[in-house]
Amino acid sequence: MFNGERHDLDRLDRIFREEHGRVVAALTRYLGSIDLAEDAASEACVVALETWPRDGIPPNPGGWLTTTARRRAIDRLRRESTRTSKEGEAHMLLELHGTDGPTPDESSIEDDRLRMVFTCCHPALAPAAQVALTLKVLGGLSTAEVAAAFLVEEATMAKRLTRTKGKIAVARIPYEVPGDAALPARLTAVLTTIYLIFNEGYLPGGSTQETGDAVRPDLTGEAIRLARLVVELMPDEPEAAGLLALMLLTEARRAARVEDGRLVTLADQDRSLWDRELIAEGHDLVRRCLRRNAPGPFQIQAAINAVHTDAPRAERTDWAQIVALYDQLYAVSPTPVVGLNRAVAQAEVAGPEAGLAAIDAVHGIESLDCYHPLHATRAELLRRNGDADGARAAYERALDLATNPAERAHLSERLSSLEML
Amino acid sequence: MAQYLLSVWHDDQNFPQTTPEDMERMFVQVGAFNEEVQAAGKWVFAGGLHPITTATVVDASKGDPVITDGPYAESKEQMGGFWVIESEDLDEALEWARKGSAACEGPVEVRPFQGE
Repeated sequence: MFNGERHDLDRLDRIFREEHGRVVAALTRYLGSIDLAEDAASEACVVALETWPRDGIPPNPGGWLTTTARRRAIDRLRRESTRTSKEGEAHMLLELHGTDGPTPDESSIEDDRLRMVFTCCHPALAPAAQVALTLKVLGGLSTAEVAAAFLVEEATMAKRLTRTKGKIAVARIPYEVPGDAALPARLTAVLTTIYLIFNEGYLPGGSTQETGDAVRPDLTGEAIRLARLVVELMPDEPEAAGLLALMLLTEARRAARVEDGRLVTLADQDRSLWDRELIAEGHDLVRRCLRRNAPGPFQIQAAINAVHTDAPRAERTDWAQIVALYDQLYAVSPTPVVGLNRAVAQAEVAGPEAGLAAIDAVHGIESLDCYHPLHATRAELLRRNGDADGARAAYERALDLATNPAERAHLSERLSSLEML
Repeated sequence: MAQYLLSVWHDDQNFPQTTPEDMERMFVQVGAFNEEVQAAGKWVFAGGLHPITTATVVDASKGDPVITDGPYAESKEQMGGFWVIESEDLDEALEWARKGSAACEGPVEVRPFQGE
């Protein structure tokens, strides 16, 4: 079955990537260090590359890799123990587990992955560091791939990852699932990090301009995979399901979202391009969340997206329902951005003038002066209200601020269509 | 068990504007916090510092010592005091820092000490 052909190697690559988080998480608990665990895991992959093509892929590749990596780590500690202070470490490991300890059972491996999620997303780490480490350790991305996601040199990213792992080790960030008291806040931090990865993939801005990508499906896919992992590991947390639903329903619209390098707004999207399977899964998750009746910001945003994806045509959208959901969202998360989005929904129900008034009435709206969606939204409502000059100024301000190429193309087109009036 | 430095940071310029009532309240709060740390067996050492107007810098790194008046870092925020505590891990140290910050009504920086 193996001829060393390209697709065989791709297949091994995919297995390594899928199993990476599992293997490193189990080894980290065993070896007490993410660094040592990663080294051991890559050694095991080298062994696998030698033996799997000859002997076939073992029935439980993750378990095989973990066991092999553990043996390699023990061998190495034993070798080094003759000349360094690692002697104690090696002895301890050997006494605790022996060379041929049983493969840890599935449930303890799952616990390790959950520990790893919470360690990588610990609030004592900078948000960008959390994202990078999560992609590397749990996503199984190589340092070069993480560097590409951040658009920095591989050496720079390697240094950053080392510093982050150094802080985890030296400051003793614990390798455990937080206790009940701290869990809600810590889980929010985990979900926020995953959503950050998704958004960077969905609407890359800033320096991404040079690569010209409007959407980066690699990152959105990775974020969804991580959210699936958290939902699988913590099935009783409705906000985790809410985040997964939110991302699925957003991802479902990806194919319709950009046309000829230009962003297409929700109202103008070709809904036949939407991914029905993702929508069905997202709707199912939203329904399950509703039954639980413990709403949180991610679940409410998912519900809003469910209303949108429920409408066969834009004009059939149940905007009153969306306004009601935004009211609910604003109650739990009273930020100016939520206020702005609620005003957009209000404009659909009560007309552009009411929408503009609602925007002006948003508490703290002045803090969004450098947020281009504010100006793009105002421009659209001013246009609908017949104020071409006001709309022009607002589109220009939005264009000054927007960095995503597809978004800029969309805004330019709106602006020039205005000038034809 | 590891040791952590919990340092308290104040806006040194505005600190003198604190009223005697504020000082009294913080004094009582910090006293209670100190007792809690001691009762938990996590206490190593702690102290409050005089304002930066009393600070002096000595630099003998290039041979002859150079002595200058004032704090080393010309920053608005200065360390006003600190605790050295024992903790199992960072989460425990952060929990002590949360209580310490509330007691002294200022942000607290947490840094691990190097091991032996």
